Amino acid sequence: MKLARVVATVVSTISAPDLDGRTLLVCDLLDPSGTPSGGYLIAIDAVGAGAGETVLLLDEGNSARQVLGAPGAPIRTVVVGIVDEVTGAGTTS
Amino acid sequence: MQLARVIGTVVATVKTPGLEGVKLLVLQPLDRHLVPVGGQVVAADAVHMAGPGELVYFVAAREAAEAMPNRFVPVDHAIVGIVDAVRSLANDASGARAPAVEPPSAAPPAAPAARPRVRRQRTEGRP
Repeated sequence: MKLARVVATVVSTISAPDLDGRTLLVCDLLDPSGTPSGGYLIAIDAVGAGAGETVLLLDEGNSARQVLGAPGAPIRTVVVGIVDEVTGAGTTS
Repeated sequence: MQLARVIGTVVATVKTPGLEGVKLLVLQPLDRHLVPVGGQVVAADAVHMAGPGELVYFVAAREAAEAMPNRFVPVDHAIVGIVDAVRSLANDASGARAPAVEPPSAAPPAAPAARPRVRRQRTEGRP
């Protein structure tokens, strides 16, 4: 799983049927200290994450479809958690 | 999933079984500020409505084939939606803001659409 920060939403009226009605969040990937590491992913929201929140991304298709209860959906990345804090190597962010 | 701009079409008459009738488009992946990043890829159009110049999002890897009518096709990138707008959230902690609306396409379409397309009614994203 990956740490990321929610920075934008994607508005889309034409999408694959399995994506209809799902919230698409643009998430900047973070390193453990909370600094953007460069990349981003568009993820399906499964927890009600909001603006600026640090989240946990699941980036694997089978698990993603299981979390969403959507077998056969073309989904790979899902927001599965909202991060309160990350502690490591004596630092907390 | 990632954002991308459709920059062309691919015509192939000889294809592996299962790919007949699948529209193939050339995509330029974009970062979240809609700046081109990385190499171009050929993607299958799972929404049947994307055309050159359009801003779309695509899914890669095994999940791309899940978007197709026949799930067991050799497809590793598939367009799964057309973007109306990328809406930046108010308290973007990084300070960087994505454009609230889709800017006009910088490059003209690389190839004309093969068939007349019905314009979609856009509810937002246009000035």
